[in-house]
Amino acid sequence: MAELIQILIAGLATGAIYALAAIGFTLVWQTSQTINFAQGEFVMLPAIFVLVGTMTFGLPLWLALIIGTAMFVLLFGFGFKRLLVDQMISQGVLPLAFATMALSILMKEGAKDFFSAEAQVFPTLAPAGNLDLLGTAVSWQNVVVIGVAFAAIGLLQFFVNHTRTGRQMQATAQNPYVAQLLGIPVDRMILYTFLINAGLAAMASFLVSPIYLAKFSNGDVIGLSAFIAAIVGGFNQVRGALWGGLLVGMVDALAASYVSTSYRSAVPLVLLVAIILFRPEGLFGSKEERRV
Amino acid sequence: MSALDTPDKAPSRLGGLIAATDWSLVTLVVGAIVLWFVPVNMGRYGTYVLSLWLVMAVAAMGLNLILGYAGLKALCQAAFLGIGAYATALLTKAGVPWVAAFGLSGLLCFVVGILIGFPALRVRAHYLGFVTLAFATVVWLVMRNEQWLTGGTFGLSNIPRPAILGWKTDGALAFHRFVVGVTLILALGLWWLVKSPWGRAFLALRENPVRAASLGVDTRLYTLMAFAIGSAYGGFAGALYAPLVEFIDPSPFSLGASFFLVLMVICGGAGFMMGPFVGALLAVALPEWLRFTGGLYLLIFAATVLVLLILCPGGILGLGEKAIAWMRRRL
Repeated sequence: MAELIQILIAGLATGAIYALAAIGFTLVWQTSQTINFAQGEFVMLPAIFVLVGTMTFGLPLWLALIIGTAMFVLLFGFGFKRLLVDQMISQGVLPLAFATMALSILMKEGAKDFFSAEAQVFPTLAPAGNLDLLGTAVSWQNVVVIGVAFAAIGLLQFFVNHTRTGRQMQATAQNPYVAQLLGIPVDRMILYTFLINAGLAAMASFLVSPIYLAKFSNGDVIGLSAFIAAIVGGFNQVRGALWGGLLVGMVDALAASYVSTSYRSAVPLVLLVAIILFRPEGLFGSKEERRV
Repeated sequence: MSALDTPDKAPSRLGGLIAATDWSLVTLVVGAIVLWFVPVNMGRYGTYVLSLWLVMAVAAMGLNLILGYAGLKALCQAAFLGIGAYATALLTKAGVPWVAAFGLSGLLCFVVGILIGFPALRVRAHYLGFVTLAFATVVWLVMRNEQWLTGGTFGLSNIPRPAILGWKTDGALAFHRFVVGVTLILALGLWWLVKSPWGRAFLALRENPVRAASLGVDTRLYTLMAFAIGSAYGGFAGALYAPLVEFIDPSPFSLGASFFLVLMVICGGAGFMMGPFVGALLAVALPEWLRFTGGLYLLIFAATVLVLLILCPGGILGLGEKAIAWMRRRL
């Protein structure tokens, strides 16, 4: 029993990270109707930025974290929107999706060539040791990951539902034309979603890298899991991405313990295909006309 | 089929395509003759790169049929390349003649293609992308984990080169010429298919599925067929790939490799007969010749694709078509 709880909590922690990345999928989908195939690399790169700050420039960790996050949000939030999305959206959503594939290769190879092909230790922000929870030892690492991820998602939900800007963002996502007519600065709202996406990716990066180590190829695993989470939860729902992420994380952890470890990554895929066949709009998604 | 009129979206492109098809035929035949003689003085490695280019072009040709002609978003072509490569390697190592292994690899991928296509028909069109993504990952996992069959990460080595009617293709040059011949046959087959009523039905499907259906095109059948034939070409490419490299392991058949093939098709020009050759040249041969830049060749390739996509979503051949149209207007 104690073992099962440990597995579930570890799954919840990875699931929370998947959820952070999966929300990015849904944000980009809502505002530009496209899939960002570089989402996994978005989670991989911020940790590398921070390590460049501490190792190459010898900055203290807190300063490297701030500068790394700022650089990342500027380049892959603001820059991504202005240089890639704005240029390509007029040509339809498909070329943009392909462009993000090229971007993912660029980010991955860039990290490998200009930083390191080896996995690097990333400093953890969590205290060492375990927390005793109802007789079960739970590592502080997992507690911090779950806490920070949930706090971030809760804040995001509050921002979207209870602030003026947040409601304007929702209106933009639902129908940009009507939002425009109502006098909402649609372009700025879309820019905000891209900035939020980059910020969430950076947060996921700092949470996951102490566990997985910082490595150029991290994006493959995280990107695929987050993608599955987004589909399972419903691609058009932030709430769906949260539950999808937690579900995939737990299924992943259970599969690793109770199914063969070599096929653990196949289990979420089976979940994915089953969802697509029986409930294509996702568990929490609503039906909509979708174009890719 | 004769009732099929010009689709709404891009009449000039379709017209240009039909007008340009004969040029494709000329290019194919002349290109094959040139490639037959070119590598005489290129050395083993240069010849290998040329052959690899053609093999990847065959895989990209299949994907071009799926993506460029029929407009289906498939993200698993490298998985079919892998299925073909493993099937051919296992069969020829067991003593089966290469020609039979080649046919069986194609047939296997054709059947798997139909099986994958069916669930995709059940749901909305772009979910094909999701299903194929899952499929590609599962195939890769099987290749890596089923050691008794695929050798796992150790792979399969000593894959024999084919001998056709007593003609041995062991040397780099002999095998290259063999690849040129097979590629030409496969390309001519696809050229014929695209020009036939089938090809026009695929195009109708891409441009406007509802209208195609109203004109009596069986959309389900043609969707499945485009996907299955394109997948079979992936299998054929795998049947050439295995004896070319003589050693296979799962790494060249990963999900990333499937994305790479998509980029080749897009970059060369989706929906153009010669597009896959241009795209594969850019993705396979150019990086090899850019090796002097150190490890940066993938970076350069990805950056090139990004710039190209932003400047010209129709790919290199689309750019060429635009340039010709512009010159015609000016002259």
